[in-house]
Amino acid sequence: MQIKPIIAALRHHKAGTLLIALQIALTLAIVCNALFIIHLRMAHMAQTSGVDEANLLVIQNGWVGKPAAGENASMLAADLATLRKVPGVVDVYATNAWPLAEGGTVYGIGHTPDKLALVTSTAVYFVDDHALATLGLKLVAGRNFHADEISATGPDHVAPAEVIVTRALAERMFPDGSALGKMVYVSAKPSVIVGVVERMQAPWVDNFAAKWADYATLVPYQLMDSAGANYMVRAVPGQRDDVVRAAPKALLAANPMRVINRDNGVQTYADIRADAYKSDRGMAILMSVISVMLLAITAAGIVGLTSFWVGQRRKQIGVRRALGATRGDILRYFLTENLLIGIGGVLIGIVMAVTVNLWVVTQFEMARLSLGYVIVGTAVLLVLGQCAVLAPALRASKVPPVEATRSV
Amino acid sequence: MFSYYLELALRSLKRSPGLTALMVLAIGFGVAASMTSWSVFRAVSGDPIPWKSSKLFVPQIDAWGPSGRSDKDDGEPSDAMNYTDATTLMREHRAKLQSALYQIAPSVVPAQAGRHPMNVSGHAVYGEFFPMVDAPFKYGSGWSANDDAQRAAVAVISAKLNEKLFGDTNSVGKSLNIEGKDYRIVGVLDKWNPQPRYYDVVNSGGFSEGVEDVFVPFQRAIDVGIPNDGNTNCNETPKESGFVGLQHSSCVWIAFMAELDDSSAVSTYRDYLTAYARDQQKAGRFGWAPNIRLRDVPAFLEHEHVVPSDTKVSLLVAVGLLLVCLVNTIGLLLAKFLRRSGEIGVRRALGAPRNAIYAQFLTEAGVVGLAGGVLGLLLTGAGVASVGFVLPKSISDLARLDVSLLVITLLVAVVATMLAGLYPTFRASRVQPAWQLKSN
Repeated sequence: MQIKPIIAALRHHKAGTLLIALQIALTLAIVCNALFIIHLRMAHMAQTSGVDEANLLVIQNGWVGKPAAGENASMLAADLATLRKVPGVVDVYATNAWPLAEGGTVYGIGHTPDKLALVTSTAVYFVDDHALATLGLKLVAGRNFHADEISATGPDHVAPAEVIVTRALAERMFPDGSALGKMVYVSAKPSVIVGVVERMQAPWVDNFAAKWADYATLVPYQLMDSAGANYMVRAVPGQRDDVVRAAPKALLAANPMRVINRDNGVQTYADIRADAYKSDRGMAILMSVISVMLLAITAAGIVGLTSFWVGQRRKQIGVRRALGATRGDILRYFLTENLLIGIGGVLIGIVMAVTVNLWVVTQFEMARLSLGYVIVGTAVLLVLGQCAVLAPALRASKVPPVEATRSV
Repeated sequence: MFSYYLELALRSLKRSPGLTALMVLAIGFGVAASMTSWSVFRAVSGDPIPWKSSKLFVPQIDAWGPSGRSDKDDGEPSDAMNYTDATTLMREHRAKLQSALYQIAPSVVPAQAGRHPMNVSGHAVYGEFFPMVDAPFKYGSGWSANDDAQRAAVAVISAKLNEKLFGDTNSVGKSLNIEGKDYRIVGVLDKWNPQPRYYDVVNSGGFSEGVEDVFVPFQRAIDVGIPNDGNTNCNETPKESGFVGLQHSSCVWIAFMAELDDSSAVSTYRDYLTAYARDQQKAGRFGWAPNIRLRDVPAFLEHEHVVPSDTKVSLLVAVGLLLVCLVNTIGLLLAKFLRRSGEIGVRRALGAPRNAIYAQFLTEAGVVGLAGGVLGLLLTGAGVASVGFVLPKSISDLARLDVSLLVITLLVAVVATMLAGLYPTFRASRVQPAWQLKSN
């Protein structure tokens, strides 16, 4: 295939050539970045929480009136007993927060009581001796809390003698793997690490917790909050939905002076996960829709302009055919022409994609575009261009040689 | 002449329906995508109280010192206040109007027998809060400074809660059971749900789904111990436990807003804050030089990054899509116009000036733009209705289809398409009549 005559012909259609190239370039720049955003969001959503999501539900219970300090503990104990009696319940505990809750408690953790020498932030979960069984957490070292280690405390008073930490936090604090039995400080008093669990995600999924999303500390406290209590309930596999219906009824029957909101008072982990990652899922969908629209419009544009060119050159095509060019030659001519324009556009597009990404990185805490997306985007656009040009090119190849003699 | 060009345009567009449909679709989708994302962006970046936002200020006082800012030390004081500073500022009362406030979520027990108690959300505020934010009242009014001082059991409730509990009648003077205690209703707010929730950005993150249902006096709420339902940030563990311990601690959890009507009032207040911080330093409470900020509402919203970056990114991408659609339209119009070189040649040869060619082809571009705009309107409607699938409810609820959005959608479509038509029209007007006539 001769490239020179194609380039010579394109010189006569400078504007059209440039427009298609520009469109391909812009599309590549946007699609690369959109694909990258989609990938980041999907990766974010793919994180596991570490708990047995399929069978867990959370009940958010508000007390009516303010229970007196003494009452709070007995009301909590009564509720836990009520919930344990609900058919289909495996285990239950009361807490301040849970993975993906988007609200909770965070403390600094360090090797000394000195505030300035913190190692990292960590999510703090208030748990009792039933928590590991309820959440389905796997101990990789050490032991669970004993029942007599659990004490009652207010929401902002944390100074535990023992803690259980996630493996990620244990490795962050003691990279040599010797965390078990060591002292850490989340308050002015030392806490000894009695157990290490495999994984438990922090309550937050957004940027602010990104650096310590896997660092959680379980503290042996029952939260005494006069406003209310949250119960984590694990159901027998297959009976979760029955528990969702039965648990609030049982609680209200035992003590009606409480509020369990109709819309979000009882949530399954599926609901919690959907809420927590709603904006990630949304952005991924939006970027996919826009990418598809962009590719469709660019393909349509190529079809439109090439059809025009084919119409304009019918006579020339007829002459070439009359002089012995085969149908394949004509088809190849248009495919090659499109490929040349496509390569030009893609080259500009790569530069634009990288520039746009560099700018976006400075504006919106986003990672650098990896080369893979540029390569995939380039391939997609070149193939798309060839597919788009196929129909008009086939029409061109069907121009009969006799066209050369018409209308002169 | 215009109607003639219009007829020509319609006839020409009809002649190549595929190409026309392609252009209309491209413009329609491009405009709809940009307008949908713009409607969201407009909603989240809007000024919630435009007539007054430059007079409302958020003071910040550094109560933690350099050690409280371990992560990124830009010298920025925390964006909320601790109890000591907030109540001192209220007591000294140096602004025209001011209020400390914190978020509450008390339970309300309906008077009617058999109805379950419910959780409501709201704020504990001072009486000056209502005139300061121009809160509209349906019945009654806010409470007085005297009520604040007396820690009176009074409450202002939302129209929604009023309807739920009292069936939309004037409930002023009636009693409401909040957290097990009776409060006298002094006012019922009219529909009022400013977004961003500028008076308490720290707790709402800017946007809240629900309406605020109940307001009670700040000191009353403290006295009866209605706990803080918002964020609490501590640089050290409070020495005492419970809500009282929180009040004695350096933890920050209270929002503060002050109305300052002119620049001299602003500079006086700024000096006052500096002097206050210096006094605290002298008294030994702060071990560092005064570090205060006083931002008005727009500056504070900007500082708090209230506009989510997702909405900015989607707007950018959507504008990029519109740009590609326009480049596409330029190419297609160019093809379409130059295909009619013969016709142009004839018109020119018969004496039509270049301007006439411009008028004819820009009319045609305008028609395409208008058609694209109408399609864009429908798609924007669909888009605004479905942002709820993509964005959190608190934000998607704010995106609205209103007359201004419709007008702008049409305008953008027509103007953008005519701009895209400029170059193809220029090329069309340059067609050499002699050459065209000869070659046919």
